[in-house]
Amino acid sequence: MNPLAPITPLEWEALRLSLWVAIWSVAVSLPFGVLIAWVLARTEFPGRGLLNGIVHLPLVLPPVVVGYLLLVLLGRQGPLGRLLFDWFGVSLPFTWQGAALAAGIMAFPLMVRAMRLSLDAIDRRLEAAARTLGARPVAVFATVTLPLMAPGIVVGVILAFARALGEFGATITFAANIPGETRTLPLALYSMIQTPGGEAAAFRLAIVSVIVSLAALAVSELLARRLQARLAG
Amino acid sequence: MLELDLTARLGNFALEAKFSCETTGIVALFGRSGAGKTSVVNMLAGLTRPHRGRIAVNGTVLFDSARGIDLPPERRRLGYVFQEGRLFPHMSVRRNLSYGYTRIPAAERSIGFEHVTDLLGLADLLGRRPGDLSGGEKQRVALGRALLANPRLLLMDEPLAALDQPRKEEVLPFIERLRDTLALPIVYVSHSMAEIVRLADTLVLLSEGRVEAVGTIEDLTSRLDLRPLTGRYEAGAVIRAEVVGQDEAFGLTELRFAGGGLWVPRVEAPIGTELRIRVRARDVALARERPRGVSILNMVPCRVEDIGAEAGPQVDLRLNAGGAALWARITRRSLAKLQIVPGARVYALIKAVAIDRTSLGRGAGRFLAGPAEGNLEE
Repeated sequence: MNPLAPITPLEWEALRLSLWVAIWSVAVSLPFGVLIAWVLARTEFPGRGLLNGIVHLPLVLPPVVVGYLLLVLLGRQGPLGRLLFDWFGVSLPFTWQGAALAAGIMAFPLMVRAMRLSLDAIDRRLEAAARTLGARPVAVFATVTLPLMAPGIVVGVILAFARALGEFGATITFAANIPGETRTLPLALYSMIQTPGGEAAAFRLAIVSVIVSLAALAVSELLARRLQARLAG
Repeated sequence: MLELDLTARLGNFALEAKFSCETTGIVALFGRSGAGKTSVVNMLAGLTRPHRGRIAVNGTVLFDSARGIDLPPERRRLGYVFQEGRLFPHMSVRRNLSYGYTRIPAAERSIGFEHVTDLLGLADLLGRRPGDLSGGEKQRVALGRALLANPRLLLMDEPLAALDQPRKEEVLPFIERLRDTLALPIVYVSHSMAEIVRLADTLVLLSEGRVEAVGTIEDLTSRLDLRPLTGRYEAGAVIRAEVVGQDEAFGLTELRFAGGGLWVPRVEAPIGTELRIRVRARDVALARERPRGVSILNMVPCRVEDIGAEAGPQVDLRLNAGGAALWARITRRSLAKLQIVPGARVYALIKAVAIDRTSLGRGAGRFLAGPAEGNLEE
């Protein structure tokens, strides 16, 4: 097999699925990311340290453990999974939605950290000034805080997207490795390596991964620079 | 009427500020840095909460711990011009200006967008971003933004402190113009006596979290007991004077005050205009007899009322010039040599050039800055 041959429909599907799963995972976790970043940066309450710990757990825990915990929690027999199934007929394990959830959770700490950093860098006196001009706290957030933390949101989204694209351990544990459903790029690559004669395909998938990641980085750099220039001064 | 009664704990001292005053013109909060000026203004604006107290502006209660009233800043309707401007960096000047304006009901917009951009000369800046503005321009935009929120009172916390002297001179006429053309009460925080004499009518002296005195600038600057607060180097008398003549040939203006005539460098004001001028103690020399052959134009006969007791090589004397208070700072050696005692008759010698533009107060500013709309046609 020629490693430079065009990618096969199967590989193409893995790429398409990866992008799909990563985009969904980021889109769904984005509002939660902003909310949690804000709560951690701006509020003081008894359980704050615990919340901070839970959010950062996927960063230090082996991904397989995260996937296993998700399975325990959201499996058909799990406490949350049963409720989801009984009430909405939804079952997440072994579905692409489940893969997106696993990827989203693994990427969440990166997203929150980037947003929190940009929140901490905002001059809070600007928010006070907005209040004196008649803006309620929610309006201040929408018109001052959110636009000023935009660079951090962009960085957080790109980091989370890249992390979700590469997610392996939690995904394979929670959503398994089902072609066309949960076999994302890393999972496909892993499968190819396991298959005799799959080396060329694995190599092509690796190259595709590199290209996608570089593209994500370039976009993030470009956006962040533009936003930074807009906010300068 | 501004009524304030605040108790709060601030770092290592307790703030216990209580005063009330009329809100006509500019009320200056004066004190050294750390006296609690900014804290008082922040509590007024609702940005920090006093431990206990009451704040009312023209009868509207903004805070009253006893009655459980604490309006949030957005409902206090107080414009706030901060020392550092605090313009929103992600918005154009136009959007900065309209930020507060668009948040009030159309029926309450008595100060309009065009009016403010004209008044403050902002028309050319509207499309720019705060990052592209000079320090003086930033403060003018900040001023316009606060004004456009149509506040019931304007708070200005050292709006010129971050600017160098030329920028200060650029912004000051705009503040004078808004004082003279809008019926908007202003609370002005400063530690610069020169700014206060030029702008304010009422002075609130703050020291270590306490209000030491409230009164007119003329009264408070002539009190010896307040001298440590009003400042030694800047010490001087503030007197009211009227323009009585212009000397075109030599570029001088003749003023008349309770103690007699006074020549000062030319003031662009019609005859009859009331001015407030500050004569610093260090610019006044004394003579026992009317001297001859000296360059000094102003020789005011006075009686010595009080002699300061400070130790050191120099001494401050309070003089009575026909009812107006003047201060002179001379060396202790001269005091002894001329045998000046309380009650002595002396001549106060005041160099005309020592009275510069920054020594001229209300009224003067109005004319020096030109009429409100005069030089704004573009």
